[in-house]
Amino acid sequence: MDIEHKRVEIRWHGRGGQGTVTASIILAEAAIYQGKYAQAYPEFGAERRGAPVRAYTRISEEPIYSRAPIINPDVVVILDPSLDKKLCIEGLKPNGIVILNSGRSLDILRKELGSGVKIARIDATKIALEIIKAPFVNMAMLGAIARVIPIVDIKYIEEAIRESFRARVAEANIQAMRRAFEEVEF
Amino acid sequence: MGDKPIIGWKSIPLGGSITEPGNSIQRPTGDWRVFKPVINQEKCIRCLLCWIYCPEPSIHIIDKPYKTLTGREWKFSVEVNYSFCKGCGICVEECPVKAIDFIEEVR
Amino acid sequence: MENSIWKRIPLNSNYAAAYGAKDSDVDVVAAYPITPQTPAVEKIADFISNGELNAEMIHVESEHSAMSACIGAAAVGARTFTATSAQGLELMHELLHIASGLRLPIVMAVASRALSAPLSIWGDYSDVINIRDTSWIILIASTAQEVYDSIIQAYKIAEDPDVLLPVVVAYDGFMMSHTYELVYVAKNPEIFRDYIPKKVNWTILNVEKPITMGAVANPDWYYEFKYQQVLAMKRSYSVIKNSAKEFEKRYGRSYDTVEVYNNGGKIAVLTYGGLFGTVVEAIDYMNKQGTQITGIKLRLFRPFPLQEIRKVIEDLKMLIVIDRAISFGAPIEGTVAMEISALLHRESIDIPIYSYIASIGQRTTTEEDIIGIVKDAVKLFESGKRISESIYWGVRE
Repeated sequence: MDIEHKRVEIRWHGRGGQGTVTASIILAEAAIYQGKYAQAYPEFGAERRGAPVRAYTRISEEPIYSRAPIINPDVVVILDPSLDKKLCIEGLKPNGIVILNSGRSLDILRKELGSGVKIARIDATKIALEIIKAPFVNMAMLGAIARVIPIVDIKYIEEAIRESFRARVAEANIQAMRRAFEEVEF
Repeated sequence: MGDKPIIGWKSIPLGGSITEPGNSIQRPTGDWRVFKPVINQEKCIRCLLCWIYCPEPSIHIIDKPYKTLTGREWKFSVEVNYSFCKGCGICVEECPVKAIDFIEEVR
Repeated sequence: MENSIWKRIPLNSNYAAAYGAKDSDVDVVAAYPITPQTPAVEKIADFISNGELNAEMIHVESEHSAMSACIGAAAVGARTFTATSAQGLELMHELLHIASGLRLPIVMAVASRALSAPLSIWGDYSDVINIRDTSWIILIASTAQEVYDSIIQAYKIAEDPDVLLPVVVAYDGFMMSHTYELVYVAKNPEIFRDYIPKKVNWTILNVEKPITMGAVANPDWYYEFKYQQVLAMKRSYSVIKNSAKEFEKRYGRSYDTVEVYNNGGKIAVLTYGGLFGTVVEAIDYMNKQGTQITGIKLRLFRPFPLQEIRKVIEDLKMLIVIDRAISFGAPIEGTVAMEISALLHRESIDIPIYSYIASIGQRTTTEEDIIGIVKDAVKLFESGKRISESIYWGVRE
């Protein structure tokens, strides 16, 4: 519930194995490193590769108390193009933003999702395959978010990535994140 | 329960711990017996199996030389401490030379 | 608050518990993995392997063995830690009585989870409520920060010579155990050494001075040992309060046995654990709409904080209690609601109390649900209805 409008609530949709939960956590960690309050948690089910996964990130200038799942997000992030996008954006606030991993053009996506939402797209799969050599799209999605909703500075995202991964993996992840930051269309 | 007044929660150690070691000496169990083992010093070969098996333990090795009627000389004797022997009969059962008699206690 | 003393980091409550154990400088950890607790002891294993913590990690084959190992470790004077959830806590159950009966100051984190069957790995407080009569002190945290701070306080409480009882620090499975949030941890855990100095105040097994532990207590003796536990539990109440006060004085973060949000309303909602955060945000919303509601957080479940609860409820018009566990067949199936009813009766206070059961097996509970519960209870109150049975919020017909 956004009472003070000082809070951004993000809902993540992906499939097991894509790093949805990790991305939701890294974004919260970055916000905390930046001096904000943040919270991240997955919608917990049996964790298995390929199964739909949801996660939540709240970022705020003020302490966060609620532990309820985010029903009306400000931002929806869809990591897997095969998910039902209409289902994913359920409850999205009016003028809310949806950030998609998709190879389709913005025009086609706009037609698909209607005019009530702002759309940002990034071909995260392509970036991941080129840089990380595996379809881990989460880091590219983080880069896209940092650009589209500038609530977390990219340098803190880098710091959070370095805290979470071994050096070699971290550098590839940061590269993917930075490239998506540049390439995201919205 | 004996004649001593029993102490209460203010004076007992926490958690039911027994804080003084070796205090079973304060509780003689010799009056539990119906039968009592009696070691025949003549037959006893001092193998000490009774001493190993006694659960109390109330088989004592006594520094007392013994010479049998056939002239065999032992440097020590094996005796039962009747203050603690409960009369379980394990020593009687285990003795390989049947040197321990089990006789009814006459009280 | 980021400064020379505190490091500002993102942690979930499992990791906060692990940091709490590390910064308490525990000597022995024995645990068996179970969702959602597992990451807590995995983190401790990390601390041991990277040299941040000098402790013995005992790998065991069950929670029964975990608690047995903890009992053995505490019995030789080690500062001992473990963690579990749900069925794991149930498997420990008989040992819980032995740990407290032997008066061993073990500290355990519980990532609270629903009990099988049917199998649920998700959060509620069925497991914790089940151990209320084991003579363990039970703290329930609402934030990861509180988990960290409470583990440290737990050693202060458990090892106090007036207490010598084991302590559970519980927190919501998943809703807290897996939720990352901001936590301040000590840059140098040495700052806790004076607060919880390592001083073995309890009787231990020692070859130099042999004793017997766990001996039989026949009918002439058993009762007296249990009465000692009754008194220790009673005495622990002031120790718990003082430990929190001293913690605040030294480290600046304050806790109490019962905590109040938006004091002064005539209607209050009482609950425990992470759900209290959702209640706080629902209260903010309702207050903006003109309904003044007070939130009451129960931080201490055993010993039950009678005086504190009395103080915060005696001027209320009505009290709503939300329980996350079911006591099947009880006069009031919401356990905390029942205990408060007993308190009201004992103190001859006449306040209508409405017992709600919610978030069982982690059924989604949002601010809207809390507002719904308040509206429902107020309607019952205004129609003059006193409800003596628990109300099952959101259960499908």
